[in-house]
Amino acid sequence: MKEFKVTPIRNGTVIDHIECGMALKVLRIIGMADGGKAQSPVSVLMHVPSKKEGWKDVVKVEDRELDPREVDKIALIAPKATINIIRDFNVAEKYNVKMPERVVGKARCSNPNCITNQNEPVEPEFVVESKNPPVLRCVYCDRQLDDIAGNLL
Amino acid sequence: MDIVSIRDLSREQIEEVMERSERMIPYARGEKASKALDGKILATLFFEPSTRTRMSFESAMMRLGGRITDLGVPSMSSISKGESLADTIRMVEVYSDIIVIRHPREGAARLAARFSSKPVINAGDGAGQHPTQTLLDLFTIKRIKKDFNKLNVVMVGDLKYGRTVHSLAEALSSFGVELTFVAPAALQMPKETVRQVERMGGRPKLTNRLEETIADADVLYVTRIQKERFPDLAEYQKVAGMYRVDRRLLREAKSDLIVLHPLPRVDEIDPEVDGTPHAKYFEQAFNGVPVRMALLNLVLGGEL
Repeated sequence: MKEFKVTPIRNGTVIDHIECGMALKVLRIIGMADGGKAQSPVSVLMHVPSKKEGWKDVVKVEDRELDPREVDKIALIAPKATINIIRDFNVAEKYNVKMPERVVGKARCSNPNCITNQNEPVEPEFVVESKNPPVLRCVYCDRQLDDIAGNLL
Repeated sequence: MDIVSIRDLSREQIEEVMERSERMIPYARGEKASKALDGKILATLFFEPSTRTRMSFESAMMRLGGRITDLGVPSMSSISKGESLADTIRMVEVYSDIIVIRHPREGAARLAARFSSKPVINAGDGAGQHPTQTLLDLFTIKRIKKDFNKLNVVMVGDLKYGRTVHSLAEALSSFGVELTFVAPAALQMPKETVRQVERMGGRPKLTNRLEETIADADVLYVTRIQKERFPDLAEYQKVAGMYRVDRRLLREAKSDLIVLHPLPRVDEIDPEVDGTPHAKYFEQAFNGVPVRMALLNLVLGGEL
């Protein structure tokens, strides 16, 4: 018999296959870290067995579909995540997050002396050197971005 | 074409710069005259003090018949009024044909290159890149040693923060040079640079004892250890004393060992070394002119 730790949702988004330990960071990206904007339930599963491999985190957000900008940011911290859009208890859409070749305007450079952290009219920009694990390098100062989750904009 | 990082140049382009630099030497010495860059204007934007780099760029431009304009004293200009670098660049690019920039922030030259339709040459951005120094170091070694293959280059001093050594180490390893990094643990070469050297097939040796490396060295590249990196003066003096290059140390060296230094030096090389055949740091400083002439000529064109 199948045991549900969290019940299925009617409408909303299930972010599945999040790297273990990243669920709370995903919540921050979708603006639910403090439940602030939430009008409906948000459920978080941490460290549950994954059918694919090992363990995973899962986030379920009811009555909300993510916008592409949020999905792009999730890719930076959870490159194996899948997004399931649920409509009337059915998976209406399902896709993997996609790590781009370049990341523009989504994270700030972790080098405090980088010119992009000054008052210049440019968006921080990174080349993706490795998709999994994510390794980003600043195109301006050439430094590797430390702590991607902590530097998301 | 911009020259922001040494990685912007392919190995073939680096070799071309070196060939051109060789041809520039009589012009750089003033033995021949050139009008290759007649009518062209170089803007020098030095947001940080510089003597050698600024003067050698100016000299290079003038030796090729071009003219220069500069920012003036930054505290007297629009910079002190809070203008962004992007706006400064948009202004300067309409007054000149090529921009040379030194700036205290990493990435400043890349930003300048993005806002300027005119070529930008990086003359040092914070702790980041300084590609023309790397090129003149390569040129000096090549000119004296003829061939990079199997050379043993020992780098000593502040390898962590010294901006010239990172890109030089990467460039040298791409030419098959064997590298030894000598520094106290706190100032040793960053792991990222060591890994990059290894990716290029190098097997760099890391040590903190200069005297053990001197006998096998073909090139000794010395950099200044900055006092402000140390929390207390006694610690600094201990380290600075360990890496002092003097006649006694050089007794163990090969007769054709060359000693280089990006200058300015403080006391890491004893002035008594200046008169020995090992001392090549003033020749290295001169080479800044032909190498920068070669770059200006490459970027702006013009027949010699």
